[in-house]
Amino acid sequence: MSTGTNATDAARVEEAARRVVEQHPPGSVSQQEFLGACFEAGLSWVHFPAGLGGLGVSRGLQATADEILQAAGGPVPFYVNPIGYGMAAPTVREHARDPGLAREWLRPIATGEHIWCQLFSEPGAGSDLAGLATSAVRDGDEWLVNGQKVWTSLAHRSRWALLLARTDPDQPKHKGLTYFVLDMQAPGVETRPLRQMTGQAEFNEVYLNDARIPDAHRLGDVGAGWRVAMTTLMNERSAIGGGSSVRGSGTIADAVALWARYPDRRTPVLRDRLAALWTTAEAHRLTGERARRSATAGSPGPEGSIAKLVSAELNQRVYEFCMDLLGPEGTLYGSYALRDNGREADFRGPVQQRFLRSRANTIEGGTSEVLRNILGERVLGLPGDLRADANRPWREVPRG
Amino acid sequence: MADTFVFSPEQQDLRRAVRQFCAEFSDEATVRRLMESPAGYDPKTWSRLGAELGVLGLAVPTEYGGADGGLVDQAVVVEEFGAALLCGPVFGTVALAIPALVALSGDEAKADLLPALVEGARTAALAAPERAGRFDPAAVTVAATPAGESWTLTGRVAQVVDATAADLLLVAATGPDGAALFAVEGTAQGVLREPLSTLDLTRQQAALRLEKVPARLLAGAGEAERVIGHAFDVGAVLLAAEQVGGAQHLLDLSVEYAKGRLQFGRPIGSFQAVKHRLADMLVAVEHARSTAYHAAWALQDGTDDPALAASIAQATCSQAYYRVAADTVQVHGGIGFTWEHRAHLYYKRAVTDAALLGSAEAHRERIAALVLDTAVPQPGTPPVAAG
Repeated sequence: MSTGTNATDAARVEEAARRVVEQHPPGSVSQQEFLGACFEAGLSWVHFPAGLGGLGVSRGLQATADEILQAAGGPVPFYVNPIGYGMAAPTVREHARDPGLAREWLRPIATGEHIWCQLFSEPGAGSDLAGLATSAVRDGDEWLVNGQKVWTSLAHRSRWALLLARTDPDQPKHKGLTYFVLDMQAPGVETRPLRQMTGQAEFNEVYLNDARIPDAHRLGDVGAGWRVAMTTLMNERSAIGGGSSVRGSGTIADAVALWARYPDRRTPVLRDRLAALWTTAEAHRLTGERARRSATAGSPGPEGSIAKLVSAELNQRVYEFCMDLLGPEGTLYGSYALRDNGREADFRGPVQQRFLRSRANTIEGGTSEVLRNILGERVLGLPGDLRADANRPWREVPRG
Repeated sequence: MADTFVFSPEQQDLRRAVRQFCAEFSDEATVRRLMESPAGYDPKTWSRLGAELGVLGLAVPTEYGGADGGLVDQAVVVEEFGAALLCGPVFGTVALAIPALVALSGDEAKADLLPALVEGARTAALAAPERAGRFDPAAVTVAATPAGESWTLTGRVAQVVDATAADLLLVAATGPDGAALFAVEGTAQGVLREPLSTLDLTRQQAALRLEKVPARLLAGAGEAERVIGHAFDVGAVLLAAEQVGGAQHLLDLSVEYAKGRLQFGRPIGSFQAVKHRLADMLVAVEHARSTAYHAAWALQDGTDDPALAASIAQATCSQAYYRVAADTVQVHGGIGFTWEHRAHLYYKRAVTDAALLGSAEAHRERIAALVLDTAVPQPGTPPVAAG
């Protein structure tokens, strides 16, 4: 497969993007109309097939489309519907068994009409996701789901959820999982906010009590859930780590802005620390650029894990720098009271709140430890660690 | 303008050809033999690189014997040299002297001096004081005296890379109007080169003593700073490419070892302590590669501030190569500390490369001056909680 992009395809994408911008100027139509026009023009995910929001061209050309659409003032779809756009869409596209249903799901994802969330992690299954306990039992044309999910962002606003559940506890853990799309409005689905150390509650706990899912909403085969989940997770990591393509933007901009604001607090030691952070941010940005330029039509590979690992650890060091620059002022904290019903996004809060929020960066979307395992095993080809649960039926594996 | 980060099929062929050449003529046994030989390299191999492969002057215009390609082509080649730890005046000739000569405004010296360097028939070194990757005219220790139509140079330069065997010395010297750049024949009367014992045996250095040596003026006081500054920026980018090549080689070596070395009945690479170190080495190499390639394309196509791009590359690659080399010794354990294992050869190259043309700290200083000292406050962004 050739890397890079083909000139004719690039011209097609450019032309389609210009036409959308011309016929649906982002300033004068609704966000939903604009994003709907993008979907119909195949610009939502350019590498998807025609009719499903794509043009069947190389993934690398998404940047070409986005540049034109966003320069005209178009919204960033990933910000509108992060899990839907970044993770649910590629999973649905690859694993939905009914193309009609795929289109039915994909269009409202692209337009932001239907927000999606991801019901993966559980109190007893974090890094060891494949050990999860939520069960799905077949009942005629339906599945009956019971269990508890946690760390679910956007559950309270979501129309649909990606759900990973255990359908066969007698198989070893990876083999007994099945992947579903769950209607968040179905009876038996209960969402409660989960308060975190910042005081806010971006995440939720979701309780599933005899929630029903039609079998048509199963993605992939029964027992093949882990393979389907890989699509979601690889896309999650590349989306989280993807970051901006503008030099100096992202979290490093916060540190540089504070540096500029407090000239009297500057020291040579802090200056070198910030220069080192800035340089790492730039190396990270350029690595993302390089990956995008050589992207092919396929799904993102494990190298997306590099970006996720780096951005998480970099964010923490950036906000640690900010706190050190602030000194005693950094020890103040506006308020721990729940705002916006507890759902104010931490990353829009004051620096101190962003600092606390950054602790989650190396945990969410794959801990840094898991990501280093992935880089070691899937990119470098190193042998796996010894596993105490290998080849044992899930039912017999100690949990706690 | 070339598509940044996308190597053309020709560039991929070039990489394969150089890699194959190095596998044959710069294998470990050859490197070990040459590094302990007086000249430090094999002139026959060097001249084949110039005359047969034509890879020493890829960014040089054709009228001076070059390939009229770009810096990216040259970086591809130097990366492969770095991976093989090729013995030869890569730094003095390819990274510094040739870019300095190319940057001269006059044609005559270029036509006289460049073709033999590009062909690999002659080699060169640059003796110009550098501070933090920039030319420092105040630190020049050689004096230039007009002698009729010509000049003579007198002074000492403590350390010049690749000067030991160089046929041509480019020397910064202070004349009546300030620092200028001169050419001196290596064999000229009054040139004394004292080979220095170096940490990295694959990269030679000499102390240079000049006693009334006849010299040819290449760039006068007005121009020398630009010419030498250009050579340092290009040199920094090619050095970064070399660092990427070396670091990738070490990563591959370490991964292979971690897969095959058994302790406690299993490959050491299955232990997370080792695996995670290797994962961090991978990240370091990927970051180094991105900044080095960005800098090569930026200088070639004029798409970024050359000083900033070169400093980002050097700040990143110096740190990465050193880190990866140190970790390579650690992953290999006891064998990695022995003379017979090649890890120390690369480790010493990594230490030397990090010190040449400005340390990582020096380049961070330059980045701070370009980016942080000029940052403008934006009211209210980000907000700070007042309590």
